[in-house]
Amino acid sequence: MLCERCNKRPATVHYTEITNNKKQELHLCEECARETGVGSFMMPQLVLHDFLGGLFQQEPQAVVEPVSRECPRCGLSEREFARRGLLGCSDCYAVFRPAVDQVLRRIHGTVKHTGKLPRRSGKKTGVQRELKRLRQELEAAVRREEYEKAAELRDRIRELEQGLEGGK
Amino acid sequence: MALKDTLKNPYSNWMKDGGAEADVVVSSRVRLARDLAAYPFPHRLSPEQAEEVVHAVGLAVQQSKTAAAVGPLELTRLAELTPVERQVLVEKHLVSPDFIKGDVTGKAVVLRADEVVSIMVNEEDHLRIQCLMPGLALREGWELASRVDDLLEETLEYACSEEFGYLVTCPTNVGTGLRASVMLHLPGLVATRMLGEVISGLGKLGLTVRGLYGEGTKATGDLFQVSNQITLGRQEEEIIHDLTALVRRLVSQEREARKRLYREQPEALEDRIFRSYGILQNARVIESEEALRRLSDLRLGVALQMIKGIPFSLIAELMVLSQPAFLIKAAGRNLAPAERDVLRARLIRERLSPGGK
Repeated sequence: MLCERCNKRPATVHYTEITNNKKQELHLCEECARETGVGSFMMPQLVLHDFLGGLFQQEPQAVVEPVSRECPRCGLSEREFARRGLLGCSDCYAVFRPAVDQVLRRIHGTVKHTGKLPRRSGKKTGVQRELKRLRQELEAAVRREEYEKAAELRDRIRELEQGLEGGK
Repeated sequence: MALKDTLKNPYSNWMKDGGAEADVVVSSRVRLARDLAAYPFPHRLSPEQAEEVVHAVGLAVQQSKTAAAVGPLELTRLAELTPVERQVLVEKHLVSPDFIKGDVTGKAVVLRADEVVSIMVNEEDHLRIQCLMPGLALREGWELASRVDDLLEETLEYACSEEFGYLVTCPTNVGTGLRASVMLHLPGLVATRMLGEVISGLGKLGLTVRGLYGEGTKATGDLFQVSNQITLGRQEEEIIHDLTALVRRLVSQEREARKRLYREQPEALEDRIFRSYGILQNARVIESEEALRRLSDLRLGVALQMIKGIPFSLIAELMVLSQPAFLIKAAGRNLAPAERDVLRARLIRERLSPGGK
C-alpha cells in the first residue's frame, strides 16, 4: 500500500480515528506522518476531515503558502481549481501539475493516456511516443544480446527521428 | 428547416426499431469531449470568445468534406430558440439539461437531420460530440463519433498532450474524453429487487448508473443509464468493448428476472401490463409520471410478447411526447399542468388506438 498523502513511499503508519461512530483511517509513510503529526501521540495538527475531505484538496503546505498560485494564461487560481475541480485552460494542466496528477490518479488510477490523439497536432507526439517505445525495446534487445533485432530497431528509430526533423 | 422538424416531431432516430437487444437496450450514446487549444475552457470564456468558438465550430461543420463524409450538419445558436424549444431538445435527449440552464448566449447545438449526430458547443467543454443510436450499438456510435471528430480536427486545433491525451475542463473526462452510455429498460430487475445489487456491482467495475435523464439515481419508467467512469489510461476500443460486454451480461440478467417474474406470478404480471395498457388506451387525464410508469409496463408487455402490434419505437416516442415542453410545443401555446395532463392522455390514446398514428 502506498502512502495516501505522497502516493510515492509505502505506507507504514496506520492511523485510525473514530468520531461519532464513524471510523476514518489514514495510511501514511513515516515522512508524511511526521510532517502531519499523525501517530506522534499528540493531537494531529491537521483536521482529518479536511485531509481526507474531497478529491481536490490541497497539500497541507500549500495552505500555509500565503499566495495561491495562478495560471498565467487564464488566471485560474489553484484554490479555485481545488474548490470546483475544473481547470481553466489547457495550460492549467502543466501549471497545477502536482495537484492534477493527484486528482487524475484518484479518478482514473493512472496519469497516462493510451488512446487516440488528434492526427494533425498529435502526429508529432504520436511519433515521439513510438520512439520512446522503440528505444525501450532496443535497450531490452541489447540486454538480451539479440543484436539482429537491435539493429532493426536502431534503423527504425533513425528513420522516425529523421522524419521528425524533416517535418518541423 | 431540419431543426423545425426536430422540434415538432417527437420521433428521433435513436428510437428506430430493429436495434440489437432492443427488448432491454433502448439506445446507445457515445460522447467525445474536446476543447480548442486557442481558448480558455467555456467557464472562463468572455462572451466575445464564446462567440468566436461557436463561429469556429460553425466553419468546421460546414466544410464540404465533412458533409460528404457524414452528411450535412446544421449549427443553431441556443439564443435563436425559445425556452420551450430548448427544453424539447433535452426531452429528445439531444442535449443535456445543464446545457440549457441559465444564460444561453454563446452556446450552440449542431445537428444532423436524423439526430444521430449532435454537438453541443460551449457546454462544459467547447465541443461535446455525440452519437445516439437505437439498441446496443456502442461500437457503431464510437466509429461515427470518431469520424466526425477526425473531420472537425482538420479545421479545429484541439487542446491535447501526449501524456494526458485530450485536455478538457474536468479531470474526470481527460484522456480519451470518451463517455459511452446505454439506456436500459430494467423493469425485471427493479421488480425482483435485484437492481441495488447489480448497481453496486457495476460501481465496483468502474461504471456509473443513473436515472433516465442522467440526474441522480431515481429512475422514471424503469429506465437507467449505464456509462464508463474512467476516461484516462484506456484505449477507446477497450472502453467500448468492456462496456458492451457488461451490458450484454446485464441484458441476460434482466431477461432472467423477467422470466422469474412471469414464472412466479404470471397473473400479477399480466394484470400489471394489461391494466397499464388499458389505462393508456382509455385515460382522459394522465400525469407525466404515471404515463412514464404505464409506458414502461407496456414496453415490458411488448418485450414479453404479451402485447403484439406495438413497436418499441412508438413507446419511446410516447415517452418523449409525454414530456411537458413537448406538449406545449405540440399545443402551440403555454399550458397549465391540468391542461397538459388532458392533452397528454389524448395524444397517447390516439396513438395507441387501433388504426391510430
